[in-house]
Amino acid sequence: MKPFRYERATDMAEAVATLAAEPGGAFLAGGTNLVDLMKVGVVEPDLLVDVRRLASATIEDLPDGALRVGAAVTNSDLAADRRIRSRYPVLSEALLSGASGQLRNVATVGGNLLQRTRCVYFYDTTTPCNKRQPGSGCSAIGGYTRYHAILGASASCIATHPSDMAVGLLALDATVLVLGPNGERSIPLSEFHRLPGDEPQRDTVLAHGELITAVDLPRLPFAERSRYYKVRDRASYAFALVSVAAALDLADGVVQDARIALGGVAHKPWRATLAEASLRGAPATEDSFLRAADEELARAEPLAGNAFKVPLLRNTLTKVLRQLVQGGAR
Amino acid sequence: MEVGITLNVDGRRRKLAIDPRTTLLDALRERLGITSPKKGCDHGQCGACTVLLDGRRANSCLALAIAYDGAEIVTAEGLATDGDLHPMQRAFIEHDGFQCGYCTPGQVVSAVGMLQEVEAGWPSHATVDVGAGDVSLGDEEIRERMSGNLCRCGAYANIVPAIRQATDARDPE
Repeated sequence: MKPFRYERATDMAEAVATLAAEPGGAFLAGGTNLVDLMKVGVVEPDLLVDVRRLASATIEDLPDGALRVGAAVTNSDLAADRRIRSRYPVLSEALLSGASGQLRNVATVGGNLLQRTRCVYFYDTTTPCNKRQPGSGCSAIGGYTRYHAILGASASCIATHPSDMAVGLLALDATVLVLGPNGERSIPLSEFHRLPGDEPQRDTVLAHGELITAVDLPRLPFAERSRYYKVRDRASYAFALVSVAAALDLADGVVQDARIALGGVAHKPWRATLAEASLRGAPATEDSFLRAADEELARAEPLAGNAFKVPLLRNTLTKVLRQLVQGGAR
Repeated sequence: MEVGITLNVDGRRRKLAIDPRTTLLDALRERLGITSPKKGCDHGQCGACTVLLDGRRANSCLALAIAYDGAEIVTAEGLATDGDLHPMQRAFIEHDGFQCGYCTPGQVVSAVGMLQEVEAGWPSHATVDVGAGDVSLGDEEIRERMSGNLCRCGAYANIVPAIRQATDARDPE
């Protein structure tokens, strides 16, 4: 591992100022992804600014019925929170379907949003990768693509975003609060992660020195009827082939509103806006669900190695919607 | 450049000087001679390095020691009290919950931390209704909650009953 300096600031503003002054630096929180990337030489920061004990580790009720989740809340604590489990079960299920018990105990909300892709070529420093080394090429295109994107990819990068939590948050219309050298700003999660385009090295819209301080979950009563379903190569502790986060607002057998986000299919958690639009006002039937899935998947551009994801996602999405209507066990 | 830190390991206060790159696992094994946490994959995938870190199970291979200055750490060695094995350790022996034994300290510590999580009411991916108040620990739950600990000998068939025995011993219902 390349040597680095380690600093702990006294408050968030100092942490931001310290990092902003060091272009090669990085924030450290739980470290479950960053330390691993440093071990394999994919990320080589000159400076680590440790914010684990600085950032908020509490989940706060806001006056309008929203919840504010501190950036240092661990994945375990968020998944186990009674308010999350009753109001936003999709988020608790998404968190619990990711990583292992040990990792969830350490990994934070802020860090989870900033996870890097698990594309094997990104991790393998002996192969070209535009995300790791801009301009070097993409080894995945024409390579092993089982885990790669079918939506929104580019000629530069076909990697997928690995987070389950972010897929759940996206379905819930979460907002990311950020502190930067120029002050605070809030970013809808739907605008937080990027598609690769010709700059796949940029996973998010954050500028250097910007620090996630919290994530807000707006009040969404119908999210009590929500679910996360993940399909993977092992029964546990594996990244998604595809995943679906969904919430349905039903009245008299008709879909009043829907929130659907997809994981394992794009460079960012994918909000299924076409499927949502298709469902609004439609009867909650198998035909409507299949039509919604097909309308979303019409924009898929699968590769030979991951074309199976299109029918897999179609089946998974319709299964989740059916389960939400039935309201029964998984 | 070395930095001084203090780690409280298995009830003993230990001061040491480390390079900032040192993981908690390497600090324990290479600097303090505490070798029950094992280095398997060194990437957080196998769980052989599991310790209780400030009361919760964690992969010591992915923790930078410098970030845990002052932390309380319990390894498999520290689970025993006054020479008496922890009930989880006894259960692994009684059920032959290992073959080569390399993953065992991590398995045992992880199982102890896992039971604390169940007692705190935490759900898991195997929990049918995350909104429900109670969590019960059937074999499906044990397998899911222990999925961060790999055993390449494949002793799972005995590890699950061992954990179930230790659970039942704590909770007679």
